[in-house]
Amino acid sequence: MPTLKIDEKEITVEKGTTIIRAAEKLGISIPYYCWHPGLSIAGNCRMCLVEVEKMPKPQISCHIQCQDGMVVHTQTETVKKLRQHVLEFLLVNHPLDCPVCDQAGECWLQDYYMKHGLYESRLDENKVKKSAKAVPIGPTIMLDSERCILCSRCVRFSDEITKTGEFGIFNRGDHSEIGIYPDRELNNKYSGNEADICPVGALTDRDFRFKCRVWYLKKTDSVCPGCARGCNITIEANLERPQHGSGERVMRLKPRFNDDVNDWWMCDAGRYGYKFIDHDRIMEPAYRKDGQLKTLDWNEAVAGFLTIFRAMTAQSKEKIAVLLSPQMTNEELYLAKRLFVAELGIKKVLLVGTNPDGDQDELLIRSDKHPNRKGAEYLGLIEEKSSVIKVLNEAEKGDLKALLVFGQDLVSLYPDQKVDHLLQQLSLSAFIGSNHNFTSEQAQWIFPAATYAEKDGTCTNFEGRVQRIQKALPPLGEPKPESEILMLLAERLGFHWPYQSQEEIFNELSRSAPQFKGLTYQKIGKEGIKV
Amino acid sequence: MEKLISRFFEIQKANTLSVYLEEDGYEVAKRALREMKPEDIESEVKRSNLRGLGGAGFNCGMKWSFVPRNTGKPIYLVVNADEGEPGTFKDKYILEKVPHLLLEGMILAAFAVGIHKAYIYIRGEYELPFLRLQEAVEAAYAKGFLGKNIFGSGFDLEVVIHRGAGAYICGEETGLLESLEGKKGFPRLKPPFPAIVGLFGCPTVINNVETLSYIPFIIKRGSEWFAKLGTERNGGMRLFSVSGQVKKPGVYELPLGISLREIIYTHAGGIRGDLKLKAVVPGGLSAAILKADEIDVKMDFDSLKAAGTMGGSGGVVVMDEAMSMVEALRVTMQFFAHESCGQCSPCREGTGWIDRILNRIINGKGRPQDLDNLLDIGAYLGGTTICALADGAQMAFLSYLRKFRSEFEEFIRKGSYAHA
Repeated sequence: MPTLKIDEKEITVEKGTTIIRAAEKLGISIPYYCWHPGLSIAGNCRMCLVEVEKMPKPQISCHIQCQDGMVVHTQTETVKKLRQHVLEFLLVNHPLDCPVCDQAGECWLQDYYMKHGLYESRLDENKVKKSAKAVPIGPTIMLDSERCILCSRCVRFSDEITKTGEFGIFNRGDHSEIGIYPDRELNNKYSGNEADICPVGALTDRDFRFKCRVWYLKKTDSVCPGCARGCNITIEANLERPQHGSGERVMRLKPRFNDDVNDWWMCDAGRYGYKFIDHDRIMEPAYRKDGQLKTLDWNEAVAGFLTIFRAMTAQSKEKIAVLLSPQMTNEELYLAKRLFVAELGIKKVLLVGTNPDGDQDELLIRSDKHPNRKGAEYLGLIEEKSSVIKVLNEAEKGDLKALLVFGQDLVSLYPDQKVDHLLQQLSLSAFIGSNHNFTSEQAQWIFPAATYAEKDGTCTNFEGRVQRIQKALPPLGEPKPESEILMLLAERLGFHWPYQSQEEIFNELSRSAPQFKGLTYQKIGKEGIKV
Repeated sequence: MEKLISRFFEIQKANTLSVYLEEDGYEVAKRALREMKPEDIESEVKRSNLRGLGGAGFNCGMKWSFVPRNTGKPIYLVVNADEGEPGTFKDKYILEKVPHLLLEGMILAAFAVGIHKAYIYIRGEYELPFLRLQEAVEAAYAKGFLGKNIFGSGFDLEVVIHRGAGAYICGEETGLLESLEGKKGFPRLKPPFPAIVGLFGCPTVINNVETLSYIPFIIKRGSEWFAKLGTERNGGMRLFSVSGQVKKPGVYELPLGISLREIIYTHAGGIRGDLKLKAVVPGGLSAAILKADEIDVKMDFDSLKAAGTMGGSGGVVVMDEAMSMVEALRVTMQFFAHESCGQCSPCREGTGWIDRILNRIINGKGRPQDLDNLLDIGAYLGGTTICALADGAQMAFLSYLRKFRSEFEEFIRKGSYAHA
C-alpha cells in the first residue's frame, strides 16, 4: 500500500492505483480526454500530465502508478502551461463550430478551454480537411470527424466492451480519422454508449441531435425499466421549452455509473425505450359500453366502477381476479396485495408478465423484460401461467365475473384465450395502465396510470438489488401512479390507509416482507442495496 | 584503420554463404554454441560497451539483462531492420552485402538470452536487401545454421522475415512490435518495456541490425579489445552514413570517438566544389543540427549528448553554404508531420501545424511574430509524448531556429530565399 503526496495532501492507496485515481480520491481533479475508467489506458491525449518529483519529464497521471514516497504536483505553472498547450494542439484542427454543434454545453473542449485554456488564438493556417461531416455510421450514431480529438475511446469501447470492433483509426498524423471499417455498420446493441463516451461532438446521438440544447435539460436519477438488470439511468427532460423537440418532454436517457449493476453503460433498447412516456398515453379515465368509449373524471370513474365492484366483493369475491404486473413497483404491489388480498379477501391475485425468449447477453441485457419480478417474488407473487389460464378458462365458462388487469397486455400474452371477448363479456373488466394496448382497447373501465418517469418507488433487480426510481415529470394528462389509484379505491371502499408518501409505504412493506427487513430509502440511496 | 563490418563490403559476393564461409563465417557462433555459456556471452557484450546503434544508444548487454528468463513464456528476438531515419543507410549495406554476419550475430544473441524464435522486421522499401536477406536465411537453414539443432549443438533458432509497409514509426521499437502483431503501428505506453512485455505479450529483445552484426567480433576478439576501440562508455566502432554536399558520400566505419571534422574532411573528402561548410546533422534527421564551428565534437553518444545533440542512427548530413536553412527545416518538418503516427495530441497536431507555418513562410507570407510562435509551439512539441518521434522533431526543429535565427528573420522580411 504505497503512501504518496499529491499537492501536499497525503494518501495511501492500493498497489497499482494510478495517480489520476488517487487524486480523484483526494478531490483533486486532473483533466483528461482519452482516459476512461471503464476502458484500457491509451495515454494519447496528454491532457493529464502532472509533475512527479525525481522524474525528469512530466508524466501522464492516467498511466503512472503510485509509488511509496512519490510527490506529485498537479497545479504547477509547468503543468498549467502543458494543459494550455495540449488544448491549443487539440483545437488546431477543430472547426470551432460550437453554435451548430449538438455537443455544446457538454463538450469537454469547451469546458476545459474555459478552465485550462483561455489563451489568445494564434492560428493563421487552414485546418486539415477531414472526410466525414455528419455521416451516419449506424442507426444510432452520427460521425463528424473534423470535431474528433482522436482520443480512441470509441475504438476501445467497441474492441473491449462490446468486442464488435467496428471502429478504427485510419491514416496517420493530423490526417488521422476515426471511422467504421469498410462494409461495417455501427449497429451493436450498445452503440448509444459511443455518444456518451465521446468527449466532444464527433459522435452524437442521432435520436437526440438537435432536439434540445443540453442546458435546458432537467436531470433525474432513476432506473431503467426495460429489463430485470435495472441499469441506473438519468432521465433528461425538457420541461421549460415545450416548443423544442416536437413537444416531447423526455429528451433522452443516459446511463448512470453503478459498478454493481451496469458500470457506465446501458443497452440501446433501454436507452431509446423511453418514447412511450410521451406517446400513445391513456390520458383520462374512461368507461366503455357497447363499443362506445366515454371519458370521465376520476370521481365519476371510481364511483361508477366501485358501484359494481363493491357489490361483487360482498357477494362473489371468489369470482374476482386481479392480475398484477412485474412492471409495478414494490410499493404498488404491496398496496395491491393489501387492498385485494388483505382487505377484500380476494384469492385470485396473480402475477402476469411473460418473458420473451432469448435475448440475453454477458454484458447487461436480461431476457426478463420486467424490472421488478424479484420484488414481486419477495412479496409472494410468482407468475404461474397455468393459474392465469385457469382463471381465463373460468371466465370463458362464465365462472368469473370480474377481471382487473394492471398494465400487462393480456390480449397479446394469451392469444389462445380470446381475452378480448372476455373483457367485453364479463360483468366487470378494468385496465389500469399508462399506455394503449389491445387490452385497454377492450376493457370496460380504464384507469390511466403514471409511467415510471412520473412516480417514485422501488424495484428489485434480478440479483435482488433494491433500487429507487424517482419522479422526473408530472404525469401527462390525468394519470395517477398505481399506488394513488389503489389508495383512492381503498379510501372509497372505506379503508383508512395512513400513507403520505411512497417512503411510508416502503417502511411498512419492509416490516412485513422478510427480504426487505430493515431497509429504508436512505439505506437504498442512489446506488441501491442488495438484499 | 582496421575495418570490421565494412571489410565485407569490399569482398565480392560476401552476401553468399560460400564466400562468407571462406572468410571464416559462422566460426564464432559455432564455437560459442559448443564451448561458451550463455551468461558468458551476455557479460562479454555488456563489458564491450556495445551501444544500441539504431539510435537510442542504450548498452546492449544491459538491455539483454533486463529480460526475465523464467516466466514460462517464450522469449523473442526482434531485429529492427526498419531503417527509416533520413540520412541513414548503413543497415541497408549490411543486409545487402553481408547478411550472414547479421544472422551469426542473431545466433549469438539468441543463445545468450535463451531465445528460439527471431523475427527480422525489414523496411518495406528495401527490395534488394530483402532478397539478399531471404537468400541468406534460406542458405543458412539449408546448411543447418538455423532451425533445429544448429551446428549440431542442440540449440534451436527459427528466423522469420517480416516486411514493413512504409511507416517510419514502425522503426520505433514498440510501434514495430504492434505492426509485427498485425496491428496499426502505434507505439506502446511504457512501462512495461518490451524486455518484460514485448512481442505477443512475451519478453522480447529488440536490437538493431548493426548492433547485432558487431557481436561476432566481440565474441571472437574479446570485450576488452572492442571497448578500447571507442571511448570510455561507448565501445567499438560504428557505421556512419555520410550524405549531403561532400565529395565522397558513403558508409564509413570509424571508432566512436572520432571527430565530426575528421569524418567530413578526412574520410568524406570535404565539401563538394570546395564551398564552405554551413551545418551538419550528426545523427539522423531527429538530431539537433550543428553549425560549422561545432564540428570538433567527438562522435560518441555521450559527447554528442553533451553538445546538445545526439549520436542517433549515425546519419551524417552535410550542408554547404548554399543551403537554405529555411528550406532544409521545411523538408525536415514535412517529414515528421507525414510520419507522426497521430496518437499523441502534441505530436499529431504540432508537427502538422509547424509544417503549415513553414510552408507559408516559404511562400513568402511569413509574419514577424511567426518565429516566436514557432519557438513556443516547438517548446511543447516534445518531451510529453508516448514515443520519441516528437522529441526528435523538437530537437531538430528548435536547433534550426535557434542556430540560424537571423536567416529565418531575413527570409521572413524579404519573403524569399535569403541566400540568393
